[in-house]
Amino acid sequence: MSAPVLEVANLSVAIKGSGDRPHAVRGINLAVGANEIVCVVGESGSGKSVTAQAVMGLLPKAAMAVETGSIRLEGEELTTKSDADLRAIRGTRMAMVFQEPMTALNPVERVGDQIGEVLEIHTDLDPRERRQRVLEIMRAVHLPDPEQMIDAYPHQLSGGQRQRIMIAAALVLDPALLIADEPTTALDVTTQAQILKLVREMQGRKKTGVLFITHDFGVVSEIADRVVVMQLGRIVEQGPAEEVLRNPREDYTRMLLASVPSMTPPKRVPVTGQVVLQTEKLFKTYGKRSLFQPRARIVNAVNDVSLLVRRGETLGIVGESGSGKSTVARCIARLVPPSSGAIKIDGSDIAGMTEAAFRPVRQRVQFIFQDPYRSLNPRRTVGEAIIEGPMNFGLSRGEALQRARELMSVVHLSPEALDRYPHQFSGGQRQRICIARALAMRPEVLIGDEPVSALDVSVQAQVLKLLDEVRRRFNLAVLFITHDLRVAAQVCDRIAVMQRGVIVEQGTTSDVFAAPQHEYTRALFDAAPGRNREFFAGAAAGA
Amino acid sequence: MADVILDTPVVAEPAKPAVSIRKMAHNPAVMFGGAVILIVLLMALLAPWLGTVDPTAINPIARNKVPGTEISVRTDTGERIKMVARFGTDSLGRDVYSRVVYGARVSLLVGVSVALISVACGMFIGVLAGFFRILDAIIMRIMDGLMAIPAILLAIAMVSLFRSSVWTVIIAITVPQVPGVVRLVRSIVLSVREEPYVEAAVTLGTSTPKLLWRHVLPNTIAPMIVQGTFICASAILVEAILSFLGIGVPPEVPTWGNIMAEGRQVFSLFPHNIIYPGIFLAMTILAVNVLGDGLRDILDPKMAKRV
Amino acid sequence: MYGYLFRRLLGTIPVMLVVAVFIFLMLRLTPSDPAAIIAGDNANAEQVAKIRGQLGLDRPMIEQFVIWSGKVLTGDFGESFFFKKTVASLIGERIEPTLSLAFFTILIAVLVAVPLGVLAAHRHGSWVDRIVMGFSVLGFSVPVFVIGYLLIYLFAVYLNWLPVQGYQRISEGIGGWVQRLILPSVTLSVIYIALIARMTRTSLLEVLSEDYIRTARAKGQIERKVLFRHALRNAAVPIVTVIGLGIALLIGGVVVTESVFTIPGLGRLTVDAVLARDYPTIQAVILLFSFVYVMINLAVDMMYTLLDPRIRY
Repeated sequence: MSAPVLEVANLSVAIKGSGDRPHAVRGINLAVGANEIVCVVGESGSGKSVTAQAVMGLLPKAAMAVETGSIRLEGEELTTKSDADLRAIRGTRMAMVFQEPMTALNPVERVGDQIGEVLEIHTDLDPRERRQRVLEIMRAVHLPDPEQMIDAYPHQLSGGQRQRIMIAAALVLDPALLIADEPTTALDVTTQAQILKLVREMQGRKKTGVLFITHDFGVVSEIADRVVVMQLGRIVEQGPAEEVLRNPREDYTRMLLASVPSMTPPKRVPVTGQVVLQTEKLFKTYGKRSLFQPRARIVNAVNDVSLLVRRGETLGIVGESGSGKSTVARCIARLVPPSSGAIKIDGSDIAGMTEAAFRPVRQRVQFIFQDPYRSLNPRRTVGEAIIEGPMNFGLSRGEALQRARELMSVVHLSPEALDRYPHQFSGGQRQRICIARALAMRPEVLIGDEPVSALDVSVQAQVLKLLDEVRRRFNLAVLFITHDLRVAAQVCDRIAVMQRGVIVEQGTTSDVFAAPQHEYTRALFDAAPGRNREFFAGAAAGA
Repeated sequence: MADVILDTPVVAEPAKPAVSIRKMAHNPAVMFGGAVILIVLLMALLAPWLGTVDPTAINPIARNKVPGTEISVRTDTGERIKMVARFGTDSLGRDVYSRVVYGARVSLLVGVSVALISVACGMFIGVLAGFFRILDAIIMRIMDGLMAIPAILLAIAMVSLFRSSVWTVIIAITVPQVPGVVRLVRSIVLSVREEPYVEAAVTLGTSTPKLLWRHVLPNTIAPMIVQGTFICASAILVEAILSFLGIGVPPEVPTWGNIMAEGRQVFSLFPHNIIYPGIFLAMTILAVNVLGDGLRDILDPKMAKRV
Repeated sequence: MYGYLFRRLLGTIPVMLVVAVFIFLMLRLTPSDPAAIIAGDNANAEQVAKIRGQLGLDRPMIEQFVIWSGKVLTGDFGESFFFKKTVASLIGERIEPTLSLAFFTILIAVLVAVPLGVLAAHRHGSWVDRIVMGFSVLGFSVPVFVIGYLLIYLFAVYLNWLPVQGYQRISEGIGGWVQRLILPSVTLSVIYIALIARMTRTSLLEVLSEDYIRTARAKGQIERKVLFRHALRNAAVPIVTVIGLGIALLIGGVVVTESVFTIPGLGRLTVDAVLARDYPTIQAVILLFSFVYVMINLAVDMMYTLLDPRIRY
């Protein structure tokens, strides 16, 4: 192997002040060769982003500092460089792409100027030459109609296009090292596939070394030459991608891989129970033309959606952002009023009911939200959160508390924890509490709106398991909203694929996965990262 | 089923109020502001025992004396005693020191009352506007209109209509403050009602009044304490301005603004009429503002952005 | 853009209507006879009766309001019994000093405050930052008239550099005009310097924590350019807002400053009118100032479109 582009040796980054741990990363060693993509993978708090920032010399000065170790770029030590020297290297020999293309571009400056800024800083090209170079690189990253787009503002571009602009700005001076910090996490799966392809292509063009930070093993399997697994600031395992993904040596890696849901749906017996939830020709329209805004846009967020869920069955709604999948869920829970159509719970239509008439039905439909950090009132104890609903429906405090204690064991938390506040729990534990809170209402329908999307993959697996448990135990009809095909494959009996407000395909999970009918569904499946790979399925059943 | 029961270490964080109080004791802004306000408060309460004489007693033979002059005054019992006019006397011969000490009473009364009343009214109206769509449009149009009238002008206009008294002044200063509180409360309510935990409470069938009381209102407390402090400072200032312009509290009542108003005509010869009450006024307002800054840093870091 | 301007102009109508209703009701809801109040303390019974007829007090409230607002819309605010002039001409006479004072104040405030705020944000946490913030709190807290008298005492009485009080019209010579405006505008600008510097600092600090600032640094951009090219323009919207708000608040400050420096402007007129209970004048001044406030707000909103390409109407 030729001399590595990047060589990190025994690097420790100290966290200033009193944190929960003294080091963000500790004693890590890794290298990135030319023409090589190294994926750093880990859950939140693993220190993978800090590593990237340390290499770029962009650690937040007030909070963190490199304590020991060396970072060499093409053999040149970076940790001892002055700020001015580092600035001269950033943008020319190493460059970085960030997670949020929304916020990583300056909203008030034209995108062409933002790419050109790199040339302005590091070269003495005149404005005309700069424009030429910007157009060239914009063409190279396959942006449509660069002559037009060069003068656009970021908000006029789509998320994928913005990320292409970021990549163009990073690569315009052909750096030896590209650092990509979760560059596709904020993007939809189809866009993600395109950006991954682009990173591959651009990396091959000039034999760039790429340090690619991600939490997603699907992405790793798509793009990595080598993999570095991090946990709590340390490197657990590293090696060639095939080897780490196929034969992980360490338990932690094994556990992570085992937590990645399989793309192959398990065999399921069709559920034949009674229909509990049914929507007919459901519409939700946003925007209204008025005298003053005659050209206001009208959006059909939900367009003619008809679906049904049986007792004991999980129906998944799968789609990308803006597909209207959450709006369907929110309409059913009456968090937003539907524009037209029927929503039947046990046969009675709730869509047009008054709030008073709906009230008795309310307890039968319960909801689990995406963000476990915001779905519990931080000022009230877990116990108060769980008993709130039952007490609204006439249970005495004592009875409600008794029910809360039972439910805490159902969700595998200690009943003593009822007196604690939400901030004392981790994200996964909070989601368990939210499930207990929903169950306390003795619901028939449980709606989960991306209930595991905010969780790390290992925690996600546990919460999914719990959801399956409670579905069986209480014979619930579950409506499961997700963007993640792997999750859908594992938990849903049937799935409905939504695109721009419309259900384009509906069927049993095994049918849809085996033979997708609609072209959009096929596109979704094609885009799913690592779709052809089983991550260690079954091998770590004991974990 | 032995998996994951409280798997991660429980963060040992004590309940929130205790944290805030401890932080306050370590915040220099809160300590400084609080200490100065405490001193002014004690001064107001203990005014009769701080070597003062009747602040309204006119004394024709001791007019316009510079600070440090010895004057003779008549006490309550009618006997004449000699005393040093520490801050001098005004053009009616009243002892400026006594007037300044007693003046703290009006300033604090006005500041605290305006803060309490405007926060109470503002919260009530703001919650209504934030939670009930139908009321929102009407309320906010009225608030926009009220906000369009410059606060001091609105206060002046209101004072001019009624007989001047401390309570007229308080009401006149309160009314222009209310729209600001309403807007703040409304914006908090609007953002809190989007929170998943509020939506969760909706799906749990919690009634609207309970929802407001349990989940929404607690979020307004910290910003209201901070906002109330700033309103208090501003009210003390506006009261002084009104009195200074001669349209506030009746001129015989000792207030810092009135003392300065009285001293305006002769100020180039006898600046003490302006300087002493000016220092007390500025220090008090400064202390309240500093306290507000400190409280904001502790209670409501997000609000620091709104200035 | 023009469509938006038009819609916004329409939007100011309800606001001004609320102001008008408020001003209208304020006078009618007092316990005493509005006609007597308007006529002033020195009026005789005949004058009061005449005013009562003009106001149409015997007619229903709605009708009175329509008549009154109809007159206001044509610029007829009635007659000031105290000044013995029409209110419109009175305001015309008094507007120049106030505009001059406001102009100089805003000029000084912006020129001093924005650089101070930028400096404080740039040196966040340093002693420079602390001094700027300290002065800012002080600036909020010291009443305008206390600052005014201190400055008069120092520069006019003690050092004898500048005239004590008064105003000289611009037509009588620019030198004297400027000279007499220096102290009042500096006095009045203190609070706005405090306000704008603080706002500049906070919004810059907020912007400096944004992702695109990190992007600029990742490109190897130098700090000065990060600050001026990327941060300041993004921070401009809140800064412009607070400057606009400042101009609106200025109106209140003008009342006090003109009294301290005996400047015969609208502020002084307001105080005199209140002291004389000259209601037609008070109503007119409040309406005028509120109208200015609403228009400034509108102008600020229009400025946003220039500063931020995302805002398109």
